[in-house]
Amino acid sequence: MNQLSVQHLLGIKHLNASDIELIFNTADHFKEVINRPIKKVPSLRDITIANLFFENSTRTKLSFELAEKRLSADVINFSASGSSVSKGETLIDTANNILSMKVDLIVMRHPHVGACDFLSKNVDARIVNAGDGTHEHPTQALLDSYSIREKLENVKGKNVVIVGDILHSRVALSNIYALQLQGANVKVCGPKSLIPTHIESLGVEVEPNLKKALEWCDVANMLRVQNERMAINYFPSTREYTQLFGVNKDLLDSLSKKIVIMHPGPINRGVEITSDVADADQSIILNQVENGVAVRMAVIYLLAQQIER
Amino acid sequence: MYFCIPNNVWELMSQKILLSAKEIDIILNRLACQLIENHTDFSETVLIGIQPRGTYLAERLRDILQNIYEINDIQLGQLDITFYRDDFRRREIPIEANKTTIDFIVENKNVVFIDDVLYSGRSIRAALTAIQSFGRPLEIELLVLIDRRFSRHLPIQPTYLGRQVDVINEEKVLVQWQEKDGIDAVYIQNN
Repeated sequence: MNQLSVQHLLGIKHLNASDIELIFNTADHFKEVINRPIKKVPSLRDITIANLFFENSTRTKLSFELAEKRLSADVINFSASGSSVSKGETLIDTANNILSMKVDLIVMRHPHVGACDFLSKNVDARIVNAGDGTHEHPTQALLDSYSIREKLENVKGKNVVIVGDILHSRVALSNIYALQLQGANVKVCGPKSLIPTHIESLGVEVEPNLKKALEWCDVANMLRVQNERMAINYFPSTREYTQLFGVNKDLLDSLSKKIVIMHPGPINRGVEITSDVADADQSIILNQVENGVAVRMAVIYLLAQQIER
Repeated sequence: MYFCIPNNVWELMSQKILLSAKEIDIILNRLACQLIENHTDFSETVLIGIQPRGTYLAERLRDILQNIYEINDIQLGQLDITFYRDDFRRREIPIEANKTTIDFIVENKNVVFIDDVLYSGRSIRAALTAIQSFGRPLEIELLVLIDRRFSRHLPIQPTYLGRQVDVINEEKVLVQWQEKDGIDAVYIQNN
């Protein structure tokens, strides 16, 4: 297959295993491109992309923008703060106004679950979900799996534990779908109050003990505690959270094997992981960021390929 | 009574051999000598095989230069032009990218592009753009095994050529290599 089975990237849930393989194979070529003296290809020179960010973002926004520019697309950026959204404009109106300026593809982050799905049904453009509320963050999951594939050669059969705030994490859900699609085994670990009920129905096991989870896994994906999404207290104190679910160098060294540490960022140093773990040689956090550009280039390239002239 | 002939037989009948293994071998040796004539010890020259099918020809020439003419340390790269093509979003079936391997600097080097068939010239146009991402070459030459005359869309001509052929647009020139297809041969196929 050399074409995606979908027209929009709304979530990993809509992809199949060969889509992921195609994205990764294409990303391999783009990773070579972004390491050249001139890191740009002219493929998308007649495509215009709008980045609509209705929620704060640093890494994802920069990564998407760089990916688009490396493909030679024209890029316009939009942030909800300081825009007409605060004057009461609806999402469809905002998007359609932007599309009137001849935009072909929209990359959107939105605080509400399903916003990208809704937009894809109501406007005439390809949509890439850059995170919708606590639902999915497909490109993050793709770059996470791509980084595992790069470090361990294969995702299939690997044991991956996702640690932390699973309840509020779109990264966790997208990762669970992506890893399972590629044949990895997934466990989640965190305070019971931050593990969604019925998560077992996704085929993942809950391991409440961090040490046991780390002993089992090949890769630990450490998530941030999303205080901004918490209306109530889910655990007594940050100190207690760190003691039970934070990874430090002593804990890593006490394991019988060397595991890979990942983090989607931004890191709360000293909470979910300590500084020496974040900077250790078994941490691939900065590789994830580099791979993010290549993977997003692949996703945008493959979706743009389907846009009719 | 050709409507009685089964499809596959018709296909075989419509395939004409243009070059045999022996003829290809003679041509490759001649091309290698022509390269030596212009580039002597290849210290300032890099060979670039155009993906996907030009890489076999490039490797063959490198082997001849190394084994027969004892020119060692030839710099050989592979260049994929997929992202530089001018028909993105214009094809029914998208083209899949191939690997680019250029582990050296092309700045101020004499670059020789190597491809199997020169047809419209559009691939070479894309390659000329693509190579700029690796620096500014001093000079670029083009070596092809088969030059399809009178079919160019762009003003591009080969510097070194194996065989010039006149084929009509419906016909396809097919180059096969021992390492990929199990045989060295060039066919003209009637589609």
